[in-house]
Amino acid sequence: MRVELQSISKHFGTVQANQEISLTLDPGSIYGLLGENGAGKSTLMKILSGYQPPDSGCILLDGKLQNFRSPADALAAGVGMLYQEPLDLPPFTVLENYLLGRARGLTVPTRQAARELIELGTRYGFQINPEETIRNLSLGERQQLELLRLLSGGAQLLILDEPTTGISAEQKDLLFASMRSLASKEGKTLILVSHKLDEVQELCSQVFVLRKGILVGGAKLPCPQSELVDLMFEQLPPRRRRAKSAPGKPVLDLQGAIVRTARMDLERVSLQVGAGEVFGLAGLEGSGQELLLKACAGLLPIAQGRRLLAGEDLTHLGYHATCNRGVRYIAAGRLEEGLVGGLTLTEHMALVTEEPSFLVDWPANRKQTAERIQRYQVVGTPESMVEELSGGNQQRFLFGLLPSSLKLVLMEHPTRGLDLRSTDWIWQQLNDRRTEGTAILFISADLDEILERSDRIAVFFSGRMSRVLDAAQTSVDELGRLIGGQQ
Amino acid sequence: MFDLNWATVLLQSAPLIIAVCGETISERVGVVNLSLDGSMLISAMTGFVAAYLSGSALVGFLAAAAVGAFFAFIVAYGSLALRLSQVAVGFVLTLLGDSLSAFLGQDFTRLPGPWVPKLPIPVLKDLPVIGPVFFNQDAMVYFTLLLVAATYWWIFKSRPGLELRSTGERPEAAFARGVHVRRLRYLYAMVGGALIGIAGAAYSLDVKIGWAEGHTRGLGWIALAVVIFGGWSPLRGALGVLLLVGVRSWIGIYLQPTAGADSTVVILNALPWLLMLVVLLVVSGKFTGSLIANAPPRLKRPLQRLLQVAPPAALGADLKEG
Amino acid sequence: MKGWAWLERIWPSVPILSALALTSLLLLAFGTSPVVAFGAIWEGVFSTPERMLTALAFWIPLLLSAAGLLVTFQAGLWNIGIEGQFILGALGASWVALSLHLPAPLQITLEILAGIAAGALWAGVAALLKRWGVHEIFGGLALNNLAIILTNYLIAGPWQPPEGGSFRGTVPFHEDAILPLLGSTRFSPLSLVLAAFAFGLVVLALRNSAWGLRLKALGRNPRSAFLLGVSSNREALLAMLFCGALAGLGGAVRVLSWFDSLRQSISGGIGYLALMVVILAGFRLYLTPLVALFFASVLSGSIVLQLRTQLHSSLGDILTGVMVLFVLLFGDFARIRNLFKSRGSKEDV
Repeated sequence: MRVELQSISKHFGTVQANQEISLTLDPGSIYGLLGENGAGKSTLMKILSGYQPPDSGCILLDGKLQNFRSPADALAAGVGMLYQEPLDLPPFTVLENYLLGRARGLTVPTRQAARELIELGTRYGFQINPEETIRNLSLGERQQLELLRLLSGGAQLLILDEPTTGISAEQKDLLFASMRSLASKEGKTLILVSHKLDEVQELCSQVFVLRKGILVGGAKLPCPQSELVDLMFEQLPPRRRRAKSAPGKPVLDLQGAIVRTARMDLERVSLQVGAGEVFGLAGLEGSGQELLLKACAGLLPIAQGRRLLAGEDLTHLGYHATCNRGVRYIAAGRLEEGLVGGLTLTEHMALVTEEPSFLVDWPANRKQTAERIQRYQVVGTPESMVEELSGGNQQRFLFGLLPSSLKLVLMEHPTRGLDLRSTDWIWQQLNDRRTEGTAILFISADLDEILERSDRIAVFFSGRMSRVLDAAQTSVDELGRLIGGQQ
Repeated sequence: MFDLNWATVLLQSAPLIIAVCGETISERVGVVNLSLDGSMLISAMTGFVAAYLSGSALVGFLAAAAVGAFFAFIVAYGSLALRLSQVAVGFVLTLLGDSLSAFLGQDFTRLPGPWVPKLPIPVLKDLPVIGPVFFNQDAMVYFTLLLVAATYWWIFKSRPGLELRSTGERPEAAFARGVHVRRLRYLYAMVGGALIGIAGAAYSLDVKIGWAEGHTRGLGWIALAVVIFGGWSPLRGALGVLLLVGVRSWIGIYLQPTAGADSTVVILNALPWLLMLVVLLVVSGKFTGSLIANAPPRLKRPLQRLLQVAPPAALGADLKEG
Repeated sequence: MKGWAWLERIWPSVPILSALALTSLLLLAFGTSPVVAFGAIWEGVFSTPERMLTALAFWIPLLLSAAGLLVTFQAGLWNIGIEGQFILGALGASWVALSLHLPAPLQITLEILAGIAAGALWAGVAALLKRWGVHEIFGGLALNNLAIILTNYLIAGPWQPPEGGSFRGTVPFHEDAILPLLGSTRFSPLSLVLAAFAFGLVVLALRNSAWGLRLKALGRNPRSAFLLGVSSNREALLAMLFCGALAGLGGAVRVLSWFDSLRQSISGGIGYLALMVVILAGFRLYLTPLVALFFASVLSGSIVLQLRTQLHSSLGDILTGVMVLFVLLFGDFARIRNLFKSRGSKEDV
C-alpha cells in the first residue's frame, strides 16, 4: 500500500506541532522517523493512525483520499499504530483483549478464536497464551499482542512508537525479525519512530527527520551517524566561553541511588552538585532524568543508596522535610503541578509566605506581590488569576514565589514553551542565585540550553546516566550520540 | 441454629438484588447513580400507583422501570454531556425523588393494591431443601434469579459484555477498537436505572405491599454499598444481599428472647449500617492491604480475591474525552 | 453578538423560573391553583410577626450547617455526614439539658459547648473512616443513619419520659435549659447572635486566614497544593472538625429552641437541606445566608400550605429541590453554550 501525506499541519494553541509535512512511503520498506521530543513525531503519527484529525492537509492510501474519524476507522483502511504504552485492557485476558471490537454476535467464540490467535502468533514467532491476563504480561508480550491485533485487523501500514523501550533483548530480536519479515515477505509498510540511532540504522532503509514541526530532511540508510545527528539537532554557532566559576562545596550528593517505579527503574546514579554550580540533565523524555529530579526533591523514595544535602542525610525524608531545608522543586506542568488555577497571584504569594501567621495580612501581601510582579517583570496584576497569565509569565511568577535564599533548585524544563525574552530573563535570575551560592539541577530537552547554561552535563538513556561531561568541552554531536544510546 | 425461613429471606432480598444488578451494570460502564435511594422511592410509589390504577401489577413494573430509567438518564446526561459531578447530580436527585414520591403518592397511602401472585413450580417445589426456597415463589423472585444469572453471563461471558467492561475499564482503548463508548454509557446507565425502578416496584408490589411515605428509604444506599462489596459482580453482590438479610433475620429471631424487643429493634436497625462500614473497611481499607502483604504466600492470592475489590478503572465523576 | 449578551445576563433566572413553572404544573395536576398554593406559602411566612420569626428560627440552624459546609467544600470535600453531625449536636445538648440543672447562663453555655463538641466528634469519626479507606459519602451516610438510630434508642430507652415512652420525644427540658425565646415564638435572639458570630468566623477563616487559603488551594488542585507545602490530611481533618462543630451548634440550637425536648426527627432533614442550599448558592459565601433564608421561608411556609390546601407539605421540598436541580443542570450559561457549540464537531468519548 502506497502511503502519501500531503501538507499535514496541526497546531495546539499557539504551538505549531506539524507544519506542512509531506512524505511518501512505498510498500515493503521499513522507514525511520527521527526527531527530538517536541519535534512533532507523535502528533504526525497520531494523525496518520486516525487518533486525531489534522488542521489541514490530507492522507492518501493507494491514491485514495482518507478521512479517519477514529483509530478503528484507520485500521479498517489498513493503518495501525502500536503505542509505546499499548492501548490494551489490563484486567482482560489475552483472548478477550484480542476479540474486543472485532467479534460479532452474542457469544465469545473462545475455542476457535483461541486457536486462530495461537496460530497467528506462531507465524511471527510469538508464544501466545490466550488465558493469561494482560496485567501479568511483560511489556514485550503486550506489544506482540497489539501487533497481532493490528495485523489481523488488516493493517498494511504499521507504525511502531518507541517499541524497544522497556522490553528484553530477546523480545527485541524477535520484534525486529518479525518487522523484517512483514516488510520483505508480506509487503507491508512499517514506520519506526525512535530516538535510538543504532536500531534505526539496523532496521530501516530510509529515514525522515522532523525538527520543531518541520520535515527537515531524510536520508537513505545506512549512512554516517553524524549526518543523522546533524539533521536532528540544530547546528549552533560556537559557544561563547562563559566565565567558568569554581563550584563550591557539594550541596547535593547522591550516592548510588536506585529509584524504582512501576514504569521504569533508575539504575545506580551517583551525582554531586556544588554550591553555585549549574548541572544540566539531558536525554529524551522518559529516560529517567525526571525520576532522578523527583528523587532529589524527596518526591520519590530511593530504594537503595543515599541522598545528602549539605552533608545531612535526607534519604528517608519526604518532600516537605526536604523543602524545609532549603530545596525547591519546579515541575514542568506549571498549572498542573505548581500553580493553583482559580487562585490569584496574591493568594499564591500568601500561601508560600516565609512569615507564617494565623491571619493573612492581605494589604501587605498585595504590596509584596506587586513588588515581585515588578521585579520579575510579570505581565499581570496582584488580583489576576494565575491561569490568565501566559506561560512565560506563569514561569516568571513561579520564580517569584521562590524564597530569597535557597541551597538547591530543581527544575524540570524551566523554559519549555517560552519565548526568547522570558527564557533569557529566567536564566538571568538563575545566574543571580548562582552567585549567591545556590546549586541548580535542571532538565531540558533543548540541547542549546543545556550546552549554554550548564557547568556540567549528564545524559540519560533507558534509566541509566552517562558519564558526567564538562559543558565547555562537549558538543552537540557528543550529546546527540549519548541521547541516542551510544557511548 | 440456622433454621431461618430461607424462602422468606430470598423474597425479602429480591428487590435489593435487582437494584444491585442494575447499579453494577451502570457502574461497570463508569456511571455512578447516586440517586438510587430516591429513584427506588419514586419507582416504588409509581409502581404501586400505576398498578392500583390499572389493576395490573405488570403495568406497575413497567411504569416503575420507565421512571428509574429517566432518573438514570438525567445523571448520565449531566455527567456525559454537561460534565457535571455525578455526585452532585445524583445527590440532588435522590432528595428530589424522596420528596416527589411523598407528594405524588399522598393520595395512595396505605391502600390495598394488586400484588404479584405466588407461582409455585409443580414438581420442583417438592425437592428437598432447595425446593421450597427456590421453586415455591412468585414471578418476581424467579425474575430475580434469572436476572442474576443473565446479568452475570452478559457482563462476563458474552461478547457485548466485553464492550461493556472495556468502557468502564479503559475507554480510550475501547474507543480505539471501535467501541461506541458514549452510546454504551447512556444505554447501560439507563438499563441500570430501569432495573432500579423494577426493584422499587418489587418492594411495593410484593415484599411490603402498598405505599407509604419513605417506604423504601435507605435501601438504595445499602444497594450502592453492596455493589462495592460485591466487587462489581452481580453474583457476589446477590450473595452479599442474602448474607445481609439472612444475618438480620437470624439476629432478629435469636436475639429477641435474650436481649428484649427494644434492644433488638435498635440492633437490627443499626446492623446494615455497621455492616456497611465494616465491609467497606475490609474491601477498600488500608488494613486489608497490609494484612494481605504479610500473609503467608499460599494465602495471598485467595485472600486478595476474597477481600479486596477494584472498581472499574474509569469509574467516577470525571468522565473525560477519549 | 448583542443577542447572546442579553441572554447571558438574564440566564440565571431561567432555571429558577422553570422550576416555578414545573411546580405550578404539578399543582395544577393536583387540582390546586398555583396562586393559591404559593399564596399559602407566602401567608405561612409573612402574614404575622410570629410566622416571620418562626421562619427565622428555622433559618438559624440551616445557616449554621450551610456555613460549615462552605468550609468543607472549600477543601474539596463532600461532607454528606453533616446530617449526622447536626443530630449529634442535638444529642450533646440534650444530654446536658437532661443531666444537669444549673442556672440558665451556665446551663446554656455548657449545652452549647456539648453540642459543638459532639458534632465535631462525629465529623472526626467520618474523617477517620476516610483515612482508613471508606469513601466519605458512605462513611457519612452510615454515620447519619447511626445517629438517627442512636436518637431513637435514647428517646425510647434511657431518656424516655417517666410516664412511659410515647417514642416521640423525651421529657421536656426544664426552663433554664431552653434558650430564651422571643414572645410565644420559637425564635431565640441568642441563636441569632451565635449564628452571626459563627458565620463571621467562617468568613474570617475562609477569606482571611492562612488555613482557609490552604484549604482553597487543596480544593482546587491537591497536587499543586502539596508541592507548595500544604499537608492535605491535616487540613482536611481540621475542615471536617470545623464543619462538624458548626453543624453541632445548629443541632443544639434546634433542640433548645425550636423544640423543647429531643424528638425523633430532630433534624428535620436540615443537614441534607444545607447541602442543597450551598449547591444552589453556587458555593458562594455571601449568597449562602440568603439562599438559606429562602429555603427556610418556603419550608416554614409550607406548613400553612398543608392547612389551606390539604396538600402534602413536601411541596416546599419539591420546589426547592427542582430549583437546585435546574440550576445545577443548566444554570451555567457558558456550559450550555458550549454544549450547543460542540454539537457540530466530532463527538467521541
